[in-house]
Amino acid sequence: MNKVIFKKPTAILLLVVMVISTALAGCAKKDTTKNNANTGANGEFDLNVQVGPEPGTIDPSLNTTVDGATLINHAFEGLMKINDKGEVVNGQAASYTVSKDNLVYTFKIRDDAKWSDGKPVTANDFVYSWRRAVNPATGSEYNYMIEMVKNASDIMAGKKDPSELGVKAVDDKTFEVTLTSPTTYFIEIAAFPTTYPLREDVVSKNPDTWATDPKTYVGNGPYVLDSWDHQAKMVYVQNKNYYDVDKLGPDKINFVLMDDQNTILSAFKNGDILFGDDLPSEEIAAMKDKGLYIVGQLGTYFLCINTSKKEFSDPKVRQALSLALDRQYLVDNVAKGGQQPADTFVATGLADADANKQFHDTATPWYDLKDYKGNIEKAKKLLAESGYPNGKGFPSIELSTNPGHEAIMEAVQNMWTENLGLNVTITSEDWNVFVETRKSGNYQIARHGWLADYNDPISFLDMWVTGGGNNDAKWSNKDYDALIKTVKTSTDRNERYTAMHKAEDILAKEMPIIPIYYYTDLYLKSDKLQGFYSSPLGFKYFMYTSLSK
Amino acid sequence: MAKYIAKRIMAALFTIFVAATITFFLMKLVPGSPFTSEKTNEIAQAALNEKYGLDKPIYVQYGKYIGQLLNGDLGVSLKIQKNVPVTKIIEDSFPISAQIGGLSILFAIAFGIPLGCIAALKRGKWQDGVIRVFSTAGIAIPGFVIATTSMLIFSINLGWFPTYGLDEPSSYILPVFTLGFYPMCYIARLLRSSMLEAMGQDYIRTAKAKGMSVFVITFKHAMRNSLIPVITYIGPLVAYTLTGAFVVEKVFNIPGLGRYFIKSIENRDYNMIMGTTVFLATLIILMNLLCDILYKIVDPRIKLTK
Repeated sequence: MNKVIFKKPTAILLLVVMVISTALAGCAKKDTTKNNANTGANGEFDLNVQVGPEPGTIDPSLNTTVDGATLINHAFEGLMKINDKGEVVNGQAASYTVSKDNLVYTFKIRDDAKWSDGKPVTANDFVYSWRRAVNPATGSEYNYMIEMVKNASDIMAGKKDPSELGVKAVDDKTFEVTLTSPTTYFIEIAAFPTTYPLREDVVSKNPDTWATDPKTYVGNGPYVLDSWDHQAKMVYVQNKNYYDVDKLGPDKINFVLMDDQNTILSAFKNGDILFGDDLPSEEIAAMKDKGLYIVGQLGTYFLCINTSKKEFSDPKVRQALSLALDRQYLVDNVAKGGQQPADTFVATGLADADANKQFHDTATPWYDLKDYKGNIEKAKKLLAESGYPNGKGFPSIELSTNPGHEAIMEAVQNMWTENLGLNVTITSEDWNVFVETRKSGNYQIARHGWLADYNDPISFLDMWVTGGGNNDAKWSNKDYDALIKTVKTSTDRNERYTAMHKAEDILAKEMPIIPIYYYTDLYLKSDKLQGFYSSPLGFKYFMYTSLSK
Repeated sequence: MAKYIAKRIMAALFTIFVAATITFFLMKLVPGSPFTSEKTNEIAQAALNEKYGLDKPIYVQYGKYIGQLLNGDLGVSLKIQKNVPVTKIIEDSFPISAQIGGLSILFAIAFGIPLGCIAALKRGKWQDGVIRVFSTAGIAIPGFVIATTSMLIFSINLGWFPTYGLDEPSSYILPVFTLGFYPMCYIARLLRSSMLEAMGQDYIRTAKAKGMSVFVITFKHAMRNSLIPVITYIGPLVAYTLTGAFVVEKVFNIPGLGRYFIKSIENRDYNMIMGTTVFLATLIILMNLLCDILYKIVDPRIKLTK
């Protein structure tokens, strides 16, 4: 007996080690190359950047995220593309013509446009992709981007067959699109990922998984996905068949997939990545002049009032709530991301009728941002006129939000309580739950944010038409609806923009929403990285970058 | 023994089934959908629900899922890695988590047991004091503090280790240290107290009286009885640690399984929630079984057939 005893603890330890090493078996390391240099072997330019976490999908028809679009833009190219000045220029199209009634667009595809496997890009690749996007079976959430194409809405609703979509391959290199109504921003849509061409022979073989495997991810863009280590990195190499391959910068782009803000900042500070798309908000001040860039984004952060609730049916109440906010304070002391206080709904950065001017600059401000004291007086007066002097008798307000926005909501709560004497509570729900709560109208006032899909103010204003899918304010106004209809059908630029300004003035009077600030896009970029640009929609472009010494 | 194990395996299968059922219905009770989006496209959402069978009544969905599960099919991810089979995601990420987890358990045992022994043997002396303060601190400090602090010091200030990923052997050091630190301290404390208890037993006094050396008394007699609580602790610890730790994987950007537990719930990625839960449940049950068998080896007085 005695002999055996001593062996047993050893046996136990051995067993534990065995269990663990079994778990370890087969964990051979895949990649042992040093990763933190931005120049690879043989003096190659290997660029490490971070634009987002593991993407849910990089299928151009299915993508819904900005970082997903950045990844797609490096592997695909549409008829049009965005250049470093933010202009829409010819991409796969060599030229295009528009019919006199502005309904038929005819694109000539470049002769040297090729797929990454060497086959030529044809008009049929576009026909296939556009039909796939509107086909309900595909489940494309951004297919409304091409709803102006003839029959698109009916096909999406399952009333017509995808083959009836108003697109046609006149010949191998001529792609023709017919629209339902003239759409001035259609050319910009032709630069959006949902419209990128797809290879029918590749996609139809594995419709659900072709975009999850680098082997079948055939694109027509400047780079090709070479390997994908899930949750770690995606490696893109130059597409030798791309027409502009000689001008490309990095030999290799490593998109490092990260979602922790602190980790992104650490990797950037350490020089492991030369670009990071996020950082902790408390580090914003410290990173100024150290690689932090704050650029405009086509989006507005606002509060949405449920106008179907009795207590908010009087526009005076809504006006009062809006006037009682010190937006400069919210931006400077709470949000702290270089945001711009908002005095209208349509964000800055969108062009006006005169393309050299901004829509925001010619719009009538909804209130005077600088006169906070005067605004409070007005707010008190309006609330009293509405029958609630000093907030007396007004029901308690519940402010709904999702995690991450509590600080701003608390500041709003404080301002309403101090300035108007209102009783305000805050509820925070999980993102998925919150969005459904807001959509179903089961709230009083909720946080909201809107980012444009294209550079046209209608992308914002369309939100508030009666019964619209995104009209969470449940607001309705006949004059507004009529103006939006004019905007959507008119081809006269001046008439459209005049109508949009008028529509926005109605919003200002009725105040179903309370603008707070215009979004900014924050990113970290090393001084060494040259030739980088981003689009107003927030897409990032690394294909023409270089390293300075 | 064989009969016992067979019985236990049957019970385990039943437990997994119950766990899967409860998770399934709880998950469906939570509001929200994987296709929730700020920009409403109701038609596309309806199409997606239909495509993934979410438009069917819950009991139909449940029946279908259990049927799939019996065939070893966990379905495809709905959101996180759209359309990729859940089994493939687990296959890809589990080895990475298991590698980090296994190393950190080894680290915890390799340092925790000697520390516990020393503390017990030197009870009341300065060695004991130092180890006690150290291990109490280790249990009190949350993992993310250790992770970010060690990254700040060793990766950014000193530049010894990379900030993210697992591309170099040196990238393993910080995650393994962070993940193994808590169990190491816990094991040291556990072993110290159970060893002190064992040292006070009659049989130890007898051994001392017989003139045995301290080494033999400690490792041959006291240690064996003191290991029971440690084994009880290590069993589930192995399951939890091998399946990945959310904090460590997020901070050091390690492509492991741990992050999916949280991410799949946030995204309402139903198949991923089910897949990761069933996988973790299976592993825990296996580890508990293994632990029970280990008890028997350590202490023959324990009867397995109870």
